[in-house]
Amino acid sequence: MPTRTSFWTTLTDPLIRQNPVTLQILGICSALAVTTSLATALTMSVSLTVVLTLAAGVISVIRRHIPDTIRLIVQIVIVASLVIVIDQILQAYFAEISRALSVYVGLITTNCLVLGRTEAYARYHAPLPSMVDAFGNGLGYSLVLIIIGAFRELFGRGQLFGHQVLPLADDGGWFTPLSLMLLAPSAFFLLGGLVWAVRSVWTEQAEPPEHTPPLRPEIVE
Amino acid sequence: MAETDWNPWRRFLASPNESRTKTIIVAFLVSAVCAVLVSGATVILRPIQTANRAAEEQARISDLVRGIPGMAALLETSGGTLSTVVIDLETGRAAEGVTRETLDTVLADQANWTALDASADLSGLGQRPNYAQIFLLRDSEGVSLVLLPVTGQGYGGRIDAIVAVHGDMNTIAGMAITQHSETPGLGGRIEDRSWLESFPGKLIRDDSGAVQFSVARGDAANEYQVDGITGATRTGGGMTQMMRFWMGPDGYGPLLDAIARGEF
Repeated sequence: MPTRTSFWTTLTDPLIRQNPVTLQILGICSALAVTTSLATALTMSVSLTVVLTLAAGVISVIRRHIPDTIRLIVQIVIVASLVIVIDQILQAYFAEISRALSVYVGLITTNCLVLGRTEAYARYHAPLPSMVDAFGNGLGYSLVLIIIGAFRELFGRGQLFGHQVLPLADDGGWFTPLSLMLLAPSAFFLLGGLVWAVRSVWTEQAEPPEHTPPLRPEIVE
Repeated sequence: MAETDWNPWRRFLASPNESRTKTIIVAFLVSAVCAVLVSGATVILRPIQTANRAAEEQARISDLVRGIPGMAALLETSGGTLSTVVIDLETGRAAEGVTRETLDTVLADQANWTALDASADLSGLGQRPNYAQIFLLRDSEGVSLVLLPVTGQGYGGRIDAIVAVHGDMNTIAGMAITQHSETPGLGGRIEDRSWLESFPGKLIRDDSGAVQFSVARGDAANEYQVDGITGATRTGGGMTQMMRFWMGPDGYGPLLDAIARGEF
């Protein structure tokens, strides 16, 4: 029986110990694409968390009646519909941010994280734990996005949420923006650094080497 | 065997998941519910989205006009507003019998669109409307500025933009992108102010009347080019084709000529 503590671990585990992005390397395409500023990263995080939680709930409710043969299609249809609805809401009420996110809201449909959680957890658990798990994973994803988004906006523009934090050299300050931070490769570096940092602290996350190198170089005749 | 349940719904739920009937019914039910959800959201939210888009376009037009040097003073003297005219693209004159209010209804009729054949269809649109709504600013010497809405094909889909042209009908005064679906951070940078600011002062056509304007592959080399955006060749190409088409004989060419001759 699920108890209070297990709910708590389901919710908090995905934040760092089982973080979907840094440990399972899921959903990184959107993590790289929408993190040029903190505001877009935050909106993406909220959208993904909402979609993930609702999808997990819906799929968990009907989990006993999803035929195995069509389960992936059913899951994708449900996720895709939720994504379209969220996208429409963003376009109507948050037009500015919806433009900044453009196609990436639509791409939540194919975000491996969403399908991964529904397939691995929601299909086998009751609605409430499923939604808690999905929400926790959404938060874990959000945490990574917000860290990377904050780094990129701070060092790329000297801003946070559009407010000038570091005085720019152009305007008489001391900070010269690193334009690289606004390009896609910088997100790779930051994500890689983050994964490295997390795995240095939580050493159990480090993967064992795939093969041990031979002691001496092999001699090729 | 247990007695069969009289309730067909419960009988359906109790049937094994692997049965073909259940598979089909589940698939049908899920799609039906999702279809209702999606269409409901789209239909209910459409008016708000349309209003958003219209407001945004209006904001971009006024932004565009304000960004042109000397424009604010010009607007003051002319009463502060642009006049809106619906023109017939074929003749380059004001359209007869079509007004701003009726334009949408007129364009809903497929008969008021002209199919473009492959050689003329530079920007890949397939067809163009026969009428277009443009914005004019007049001063004592005639038309001093014209805003022309243009449409083209980018990498991710349609690009809608508004080009402002000075009274000589050859110098670009400004450019605003009203809608696009290019990749954020790459082609999406066509929206960046810094890039749009490279348009004013560029020339559209050479002395022979051929459209020379283009988005360069790298840095601009002459007065007909603007710098390209790194990593967005297709978007830049789309912008080039869009300008080539709309400023050419099948687009606003006749209109530009008519205005330049002082006939407008």
